[in-house]
Amino acid sequence: MSETTVTVLFFARLREELETDRLTLPVSPGDTVGDVLSRLAARGGRWAQLQGDQPVMIAVNQTMARPGTALSGDDEVAFFPPVTGG
Amino acid sequence: MISIQTADFAPDVEYQALRGEGEDTGAIVTFTGLVRDFGDRQGVTGLFLEHYPGMTEQAIQALIDQAHQRWQIQRTRVIHRVGNLDLGERIVFVGVASAHRKDAFAACEYLIDALKASVPLWKKERGTDGDHWVEQKASDRQPGF
Repeated sequence: MSETTVTVLFFARLREELETDRLTLPVSPGDTVGDVLSRLAARGGRWAQLQGDQPVMIAVNQTMARPGTALSGDDEVAFFPPVTGG
Repeated sequence: MISIQTADFAPDVEYQALRGEGEDTGAIVTFTGLVRDFGDRQGVTGLFLEHYPGMTEQAIQALIDQAHQRWQIQRTRVIHRVGNLDLGERIVFVGVASAHRKDAFAACEYLIDALKASVPLWKKERGTDGDHWVEQKASDRQPGF
């Protein structure tokens, strides 16, 4: 079976603190956004904040999503802090 | 019209665009947000603004669509600047044209309030004691976000 991947984007404070704006992760059928968050947080260090006290907003394919949102190959997942524009 | 841009904008040009060609517009309400010298902390010297290209524009369009459903409005223009901005510079413009002033006021307030609560844009304050990302204020939150 060919490997399925998703693109993960980070913005603002998360982008700076993780020193990452984009990465590609393999996903399996049935994986959710929460599974991706858990795997990234398990890297430890600064990555642990993805499951820390501060809220992390989620978008999948540029629409707001939740940890339970299921993922498909080639999805674009984004993690970012609560928004502060205007 | 939605624009996310680094360049400044001219409120009088936006106002003229909101007037449109016909004679059926009775009210234009505009909001302009500016960079001020205090925020989460004192001594703010400027802002850096970041967005999510694509999603930011889509999220604003969704708010405009909702405004059209809730109020009788004719035209909207939303401009948000990104990148480095100095004190006093314009950050954001929201303009609404309607036949009626109440609809124009209500839709303009809704658009800027909902933009602050839900559109992917982030402010970093540059200041005399360093830079820091602004935290979302409880008063700017809305249910569902």
